[in-house]
Amino acid sequence: MSDYNFAYLDEQTKRMIRRAILKGLAIPGYQVPFASREMPMPYGWGTGGVQVSAAVLTPDDTFKVIDQGADDTTNAVSIRRFFEKTAGVAVTEATAEASVIQTRHRIPEEVLRADQILVYQVPIPEPLRFLEPSEVETRKMHSLEEYGLMHVKLYEDISQHGAIATSYAYPVKVEGRYVMDPSPIPKFDNPKLEMAAIQLFGAGREQRIYAVPPYAKVVSLDFEDFPFEASKADHACDLCGAEDSYLDELIVDDAGGRLFMCSDTDYCSTRRKAGHVGAQGVPLGEDAA
Amino acid sequence: MTPLLQVENIAKFYGARVGCKDVSFDLFPGEVMGIVGESGSGKSTLLNCLAGHLTPDAGAVRFDTKTDGLRDTVTMREPERRMLGRTDWAFVHQHARDGLRMNVSAGGNVGERLMAVGARHYGQIRDTATDWLGRVEIAADRIDDRPTAFSGGMQQRLQIARNLVTGPRLVFMDEPTGGLDVSVQARLLDLLRGLVREMGLSAIIVTHDLAVVRLLADRLMVMKDGHVVETGLTDQVLDDPQHAYTQLLVSSVLQV
Ligand SMILES: Nc1ncnc2c1ncn2[C@@H]1O[C@H](COP(=O)(O)OP(=O)(O)O)[C@@H](O)[C@H]1O
Ligand SMILES: [Mg+2]
Repeated sequence: MSDYNFAYLDEQTKRMIRRAILKGLAIPGYQVPFASREMPMPYGWGTGGVQVSAAVLTPDDTFKVIDQGADDTTNAVSIRRFFEKTAGVAVTEATAEASVIQTRHRIPEEVLRADQILVYQVPIPEPLRFLEPSEVETRKMHSLEEYGLMHVKLYEDISQHGAIATSYAYPVKVEGRYVMDPSPIPKFDNPKLEMAAIQLFGAGREQRIYAVPPYAKVVSLDFEDFPFEASKADHACDLCGAEDSYLDELIVDDAGGRLFMCSDTDYCSTRRKAGHVGAQGVPLGEDAA
Repeated sequence: MTPLLQVENIAKFYGARVGCKDVSFDLFPGEVMGIVGESGSGKSTLLNCLAGHLTPDAGAVRFDTKTDGLRDTVTMREPERRMLGRTDWAFVHQHARDGLRMNVSAGGNVGERLMAVGARHYGQIRDTATDWLGRVEIAADRIDDRPTAFSGGMQQRLQIARNLVTGPRLVFMDEPTGGLDVSVQARLLDLLRGLVREMGLSAIIVTHDLAVVRLLADRLMVMKDGHVVETGLTDQVLDDPQHAYTQLLVSSVLQV
C-alpha cells in the first residue's frame, strides 16, 4: 500500500474535496462544484462517492460499501478492495460496525448513529435537469428558489399515471431551502434522510458535492391531495420475516414463483442470525444462499 | 391616474448599431398599445427591454407594483424582476416553442405558473387548466397531450392560456399571429380580442401587421430605424397618418 498516498488521492486534492464537503454541510442541499479527478474506475462506477470517501477516511475508520443494499456485488466489492489496498482501512459488512459507509441506491435499514458518515454515489445531481436542460438556468432557479418546475414534474406524473409514479430519486427540499435529488434511492428511504449521521453526496462526472447535516429537515415534495407516501412491496421478507424493510423481488422458477427478500443483505442476515425466519426461509446455515 | 407602465428614454445598442433609442411613453391600466414598423425597426428589442429580457443601455421602465407603486424595473434586483415575470407580467412569444415546454402536457404547461406561485392542490390546478383550455378553444380531452401534437394555431392558443392563467396585469406580445396561416390568424385575433375585452387586459403588442393593431390596439406607436416616428390613437394614425413613413406603411398595406 505504500505505493499510494493514503486513500489514493494526494493531500491537496483531498483538502479541496473537504472544503467542498464543508461548504455543502454549511449550505444543506446546495450543489458545490468541485474539480473531480480521474479515478482508476469508469464514471458510473461511483467515482464521485469514491472521491468523497477518500477525503473523509482516516486510518482508524471501518469502511463498508453497499450497492442496492448488498455488500457482495462486483461494484461494492471492488470499491471496498480499493480502499483496503490504498488506505489499509478495516472493512466490514456490518452496518453497526462501520464508521464510513459508501452506498449506491439505498440507505441501510439499521438506524445510523452520529458517529457514522453515509456517502452516496450520485449519477445526476440536478433535480431540475429533467425539465430544464440549461445548467445556467437551473443554477439561477436554485439561487432564486424558483422551484415551480419540480411540481410540474410531479403533476405530469399524476396526470399520466393517476398517482405520483416517481419511485426513485424522489425530490426533497432540505431545511426549507434547496431542492435536492437524494440520488436514486427508493422513495421508501426518503423519511430516513432525516438522521443522526452525516450524509455526503458525490457526483463524479458532473463534478458536484452536496450534503445533508445531521437531523436536517428533509421534506419530500408532494401535492395536498396526493401526499408523499414511502411505499414498499406489501409483503414481508421471505428469508427473515422483516415487515419494515425494503424488498427486492426475485423470480425463482419458470412457473413464475416469486421470492421477496430484504435488499439490505446485512440487515437480513443479522436478523436471520438472531433466529428470525421468513415464510420461505430456513434458519441460517442450512441453505446455500 | 397612475400609469401602469412609464417608459422613459429607453435606448439599446448592439455595438455601434441602434436597437432602439429615445423611446418614451405611458401605458395606462386597461390600455392596449400597438407597436408597428417594418422588420428590423427595433420592435422586439424595445419589447424585450420593457419585459426585462434585455437590459437597456439607458432609460427607465417604471412599473406600478402592487406593494410599492412605480418602481424602475431596470435597476430592480433580478429576483424581484423575475418574480414580476411570473406573476404580474406575461410574455407571448412569436414562436410557441419559445414560450411553451414542448415535453410537458398542455395541462402542465398551463399549470406551471400556478405552481410557480405556490399552488399545491393537483385537483384545483387541473380544474383551472381545464377551464383555461376551454377559454382558448382547446378541447378538454387534449389536456394530457403534449404541444408537439398540436397545430401551430393551437400551440399559440395554449401559450396564451399558459400566460393568462394567473391573471397578469400586463401582457407583452411579440408578433402573436406571425407565422400562422391567414385563416388561423383571424381566429386567434378574434380570441385575443375577446380575452382583452373580457379581462380588461393591459397589453403591449408588437407586430408588423396593421390588421392586428387595427383590431386590438387603442393606441399606436410607429417605429423606424430604432426610433418612434409617430404615435397616436390607432384609428387616427391609420386613417390620417402624419409621418411620411407611416403613410408609406399604410398605403403599402392597402395595395396588398
Ligand atoms: N442580438 C442582436 N445582435 C445584434 N444586432 C441585433 C440583435 N438583435 C437585433 N439586432 C438589430 O437591431 C435592430 C432591431 O432589431 P429588432 O428589434 O429585432 O427589430 P424588429 O423586431 O422590429 O424586427 C436590427 O437592425 C437588428 O439587426
Ligand atoms: Mg421582431
